[in-house]
Amino acid sequence: MIQTIGNPHAISPSAPMQPYWAEISDIVREAPNVSTYWLKFLDPGLQEGFHFKAGQFNMISVPGLGEVAISISSDMEDTRRIGHTIRSVGNVTSAINRMEVGDILGVRGPFGSWWSLDHWIGRDIVIAAGGIGLPPMRPLLYYISHHRKDFGKVIVLYGARTPNDLQFTREYKTWQDEDIELQVTVDRGDDTWQGRVGVVPILFYNTRIDPRNTVILTCGPEIMIRFVIFEALARRVPPERIYVSLERNMKCGLGSCGHCQVGPFFVCKDGPVFSFDKLQPYVNVEEL
Amino acid sequence: MADIYASVGSTVAIPKAALDKLVAKLNQMGYSVLGPQIQDGVIVYKSLKGAHDLPKGYISQQDSARYRLVYTGHPRYFDVTPGAQSWKQFFFPPQTELAEFTRDEKGRWQTAEQVTDLTPLALFGVFPCDLAAIQIQDRIFLREEWKDPIYWSRRQSAFILAVNCLHPCGTGFCASMGTGPKTNQGFDLNLTELDDVFLVELGSEAGRLVMEGMPILPTSAFWLQAGQKSLEDASTRMGRSLPRPQDLPELLLNNLDARQWDDVARRCMSCSSCTQVCPTCFCWDTRDSADLAGQNARRERLWDSCFNPDYSYIVGGNSRPNARSRYRQWLTHKFGSWYAQFGTSGCVGCGRCITWCPAKIDVTMELKAIREEVQA
Repeated sequence: MIQTIGNPHAISPSAPMQPYWAEISDIVREAPNVSTYWLKFLDPGLQEGFHFKAGQFNMISVPGLGEVAISISSDMEDTRRIGHTIRSVGNVTSAINRMEVGDILGVRGPFGSWWSLDHWIGRDIVIAAGGIGLPPMRPLLYYISHHRKDFGKVIVLYGARTPNDLQFTREYKTWQDEDIELQVTVDRGDDTWQGRVGVVPILFYNTRIDPRNTVILTCGPEIMIRFVIFEALARRVPPERIYVSLERNMKCGLGSCGHCQVGPFFVCKDGPVFSFDKLQPYVNVEEL
Repeated sequence: MADIYASVGSTVAIPKAALDKLVAKLNQMGYSVLGPQIQDGVIVYKSLKGAHDLPKGYISQQDSARYRLVYTGHPRYFDVTPGAQSWKQFFFPPQTELAEFTRDEKGRWQTAEQVTDLTPLALFGVFPCDLAAIQIQDRIFLREEWKDPIYWSRRQSAFILAVNCLHPCGTGFCASMGTGPKTNQGFDLNLTELDDVFLVELGSEAGRLVMEGMPILPTSAFWLQAGQKSLEDASTRMGRSLPRPQDLPELLLNNLDARQWDDVARRCMSCSSCTQVCPTCFCWDTRDSADLAGQNARRERLWDSCFNPDYSYIVGGNSRPNARSRYRQWLTHKFGSWYAQFGTSGCVGCGRCITWCPAKIDVTMELKAIREEVQA
């Protein structure tokens, strides 16, 4: 499971903490406090050579404030620009939230493991995401849309706190046109909400899953992940076909600073995407 | 006296008085020599001018939460086992600059060129446990995919003069961990201190160069035997022991819910002392700062600890909110998951975490208690 760094295009082997500069070329507001920042490396060669795989992340930095791990939310087959969908919560992400098109960010990456799409040809795919857990899934949705025939049934189960917090709403139609089934729920509805109210795992009760052929992918709050796994196992999906993307405090992306450890794993290097059989001994241990 | 040729791999003898010559030779070769010295009642590592700076005649007494230097007047330079400091600080400094940023005329950030003009270091008097610790940190900071530039710039040019440990400390268990009391590899020169001479093992070409021109004595079988005997004695005089460390990954990772974690949590203050004195603990944090105009910024790297509250903080909460989870992380990492990550235990048995724990928590006793709880 210990993997080496994926495609070290913006990671210098001799100075791995050195950021590469990228310009914000566009900002798309997705929800309150959530925007997608489209970045282009100032060095065109670097931009062209930068390849990542769905599920990987970059370390994004604002000089003077710090660096944060942000998953890449754009299309891995589009090398013109890189998208990061960021919720502003801490020092660094709030500073990014105040930025405008033309501002400069530091980028290192891509880091970590990925959704191993090439192993799932012909499979049914169930994507269960909560809140800011959807952006790491978006590269998958782009890929599946472009290569729809490679996969069986594709279902997205997505939940947010309120209808306002739902991200990528303008893309739902595109996904549905590509025969991607989308089920959405919110924790709290509002006056106009006619959809489902409740947590993401309840969407499984509305979904038919063939355990012999389904791959389940999940990302979101850890409590949601736990119950998604519970529902998946209850439907006899084997642990090695359940994939989880974890979030931990990260300072380096290199398996060096130590912060992101879970059991024997460095989430930044061995994860963030794990098949559940690897995580099984640790998932139910409190405060690990 | 005929010239005796000392080749790499051989063991020769030098008189005690040659120690000064060794320091001088290293200085002359351009090294900044660092060695153990007494300061404020403990051993610290700092610039060494000559043999007279070394803690000759002292011994150290170590036990849980106890460290005392005692002068006995013996003729040996290297009888004193280390204090809280280890050599870690020289390759992996507690606080260093990672990057400096400035805005150009368009207001865009640029990374300032870093000037690293480092004097090569000579570590003079590295005990086996600490040399083993350096080799463990090598695995952490020097990877196939990347090399940590701060560590590598200091490490690659360093000269290591090791010393076999003939007077093991009261809290150490290097014999259990297979890291001492004798050093087998990774040194340029390795000393064994006898009452009247030093035996010197040459471990590298750099070591051979330093030995050129030293007053080398013919190595007598008597001295070699005396050295051997002292090392054998030393390995039976460890203050602590840790049976079967290779079983620990399974024991610890299979017993993350052991009652002992609750017990130790009542004693552990999460003060991070153990991680700061540990010669292998490598966790670090970054800290950014900027000038008021926002034109210049810098990013620093600082030692961190899995006992610090911020260590496991992510938006929405702290994944290790209490002493129980933090102590468990430390112990299971050090003695367990380290094997999966780096192919070795994270512990060298130096005993610092036992000596310097203000709550008298002793890792060997904690591990024993967990083992007994599981077997019960």
